[in-house]
Amino acid sequence: MKIMTRMGDSSNVELTKDELRTEFITGSEEAAKKAKIPVLTENEIDYLVDMFAAPTRIWGVQRGNEVVMTKDGCVNALNSSRMSSGVVAPVNREVGVRLFESMLGFDSMEISHNDYSVKPQRFLKALEMLHVELLMETTIFPLLYGFMPNLGLYYRPDGSFENPSDLMPIGKIDEARKTQEEAGKACLDDCIEMSDCMVEMGADGIDFDTVASTGDAEFYSVLKACDHVANDTGLPVEIGMSAEMVLGFHGQLEYNGKRLAGMWPHQQLQVCEEAGCAIFGPVSNTNTRKTVPWNLAKALTFVKACTEIAKIPVHPNVGMGVGGVPMFETPAVDVVTRCSAAMIEIGHADGL
Amino acid sequence: MHMAHLLASSMGGIRAAGDLVARMQLSKKMRIAEAKQYVADKLHVTPYDLSDPTMMRQLREELDIGTITGVPGIAKGLAAKARISQLLDIPINSVEQFKNKTGLHY
Repeated sequence: MKIMTRMGDSSNVELTKDELRTEFITGSEEAAKKAKIPVLTENEIDYLVDMFAAPTRIWGVQRGNEVVMTKDGCVNALNSSRMSSGVVAPVNREVGVRLFESMLGFDSMEISHNDYSVKPQRFLKALEMLHVELLMETTIFPLLYGFMPNLGLYYRPDGSFENPSDLMPIGKIDEARKTQEEAGKACLDDCIEMSDCMVEMGADGIDFDTVASTGDAEFYSVLKACDHVANDTGLPVEIGMSAEMVLGFHGQLEYNGKRLAGMWPHQQLQVCEEAGCAIFGPVSNTNTRKTVPWNLAKALTFVKACTEIAKIPVHPNVGMGVGGVPMFETPAVDVVTRCSAAMIEIGHADGL
Repeated sequence: MHMAHLLASSMGGIRAAGDLVARMQLSKKMRIAEAKQYVADKLHVTPYDLSDPTMMRQLREELDIGTITGVPGIAKGLAAKARISQLLDIPINSVEQFKNKTGLHY
């Protein structure tokens, strides 16, 4: 009997039951080997095999096990382009957020600009504050303000700081580290400025998204920003990561004595907790040449290692290309619902 | 993709009690079981009931903390959040800012 499932690029693939089981086992072993964490248990693999072997189009958690969703990207899915899997609907943020609350039944929402990075958003600070302020008056569910730190935009040609990717190939390692530290300070200042201004606007929290997309320097800046926002302003902070491992473009940055380069999700969680983070969102990047079962088992292994030690809620990222979900503009419901439910039933996530 | 997650795993926001549980996770860093138990205790229901849209629709209207469908006179926006703040015994930033701005206190 062949079981229909998908690859990490969302294309269809047929597997036998034994092949399916092997995919889960090897995916889990991949994560376990990399991060030195336990593999999924046999019972968990059995559950996953049954889940994927079932011919149903959709899957869900057992009643009573539902969790809460936090969202990134604001209403980009409605009014943005394919870059954000958007459908270019003619709705502004005021309409869109209200639709997410009442029509889609989201548990919380994020307000952000379509140009989602903190560097461009800072120039629209007043506009962003106004949108947050107005939406706070008409909505009931928690509303965060969010952005990507996106340290890459601070380097040339987009920014004013020398690009470490230009310096490293010519052996200028000290200079590469120095420019990352300087750009990191600028990014930190912007993150703090855009977070602080939302306190008076009534925001329920701040979401730092795709953190560490440019490596350990960005992660360091975000941890410092989180420390300030959480401890000095009292606003809750959600940190959503961008990759399963923090890339060491700098290589020597530490937070509370822990080197950030090379950190895996369960280690990222710990420094985020120390920085005062309220919700942590681990990431496992989808390998498009592997199956969804393989990718999901990898993701679950990382997430389980977090939820077993977490003191704060863990909301794994299960968007496009992460958390086992295929890297495709419109991932199919047959795999998204399975990844979603597995994160809770096996990964013990507190939300998504 | 959002709809897929909502169908598979979500509490459903103000359709049930998802917004309330989300607030406890954000403001008090509660894990899901603790957050559900806290909200359930405040609402005098069980954690299982919190995801039930049938039960929660009626309860939200009784408690006047905002409902998913439009009903004239039921608390909305800041008014609903003010009542949620009192019900859950947590400060909600927008409510606190409103009180500071207007001088109203309760």
